[in-house]
Amino acid sequence: MLELSSLLLAEIQAHGAQAYPEEGAGFLLGRAEGERKRVLSILPRPNAREQAARHNRYLLTAQDYLQAEQEAERQGLDLLGVFHSHPDHPNRPSEFDREWAMPWFSYLITSVYQGQAGESRCWLLNEDRSAFTEEEIRLL
Amino acid sequence: MPIIKIPTPLRSYTANQSEVTVQGQTAAEAMQSLVEQYPALHPHLFNPEGKLRPYVNLFLGEDNLRDLQGLETPLKETDQLRLIPSIAGG
Repeated sequence: MLELSSLLLAEIQAHGAQAYPEEGAGFLLGRAEGERKRVLSILPRPNAREQAARHNRYLLTAQDYLQAEQEAERQGLDLLGVFHSHPDHPNRPSEFDREWAMPWFSYLITSVYQGQAGESRCWLLNEDRSAFTEEEIRLL
Repeated sequence: MPIIKIPTPLRSYTANQSEVTVQGQTAAEAMQSLVEQYPALHPHLFNPEGKLRPYVNLFLGEDNLRDLQGLETPLKETDQLRLIPSIAGG
């Protein structure tokens, strides 16, 4: 289960709308207790893919990851996952998402249609990497 | 012996350890040592053909091994390899 405040979810959705028609992305920071993850802050990052691909691809580089890990440590938190937007597409993970997915990380995806953020859903990679399973979002 | 630093999403496979001591004189041998100790890591680091997955980056100090000799990069006893994922999707 992924827990986060309505305010943080609104910030994530606003980031997706701002990035439209490109994909926007960033890191989820917080605390994990067993299968329960509580998001306490977010770290939006620029989409590092080349401009022509940003409408349906995002990339957070190794350097982005390192900086996010350091920022999480500075705040006394852990990296819990990643958020990104799907411009004019459903908030389900794509095959490309699956190929690149890390285990354990929560993948929060927001649909953005015509520049307006829609709903967000969260996904976890299955242990055998064959598919994602939806993770419940609990708003605080 | 060299050490490999483990990123957060993979620590559930290393008994929550953020560092694992490995054996090997090259990065390839060190990675082999890592997955021998923690076999459940293997599918998340290597594809079915045995190649490193594209999101896996290994850094020696500030240097990405791709800019050195890749997995054939020699390691010293005191080296620390840092495993850092790139995050991508669509």
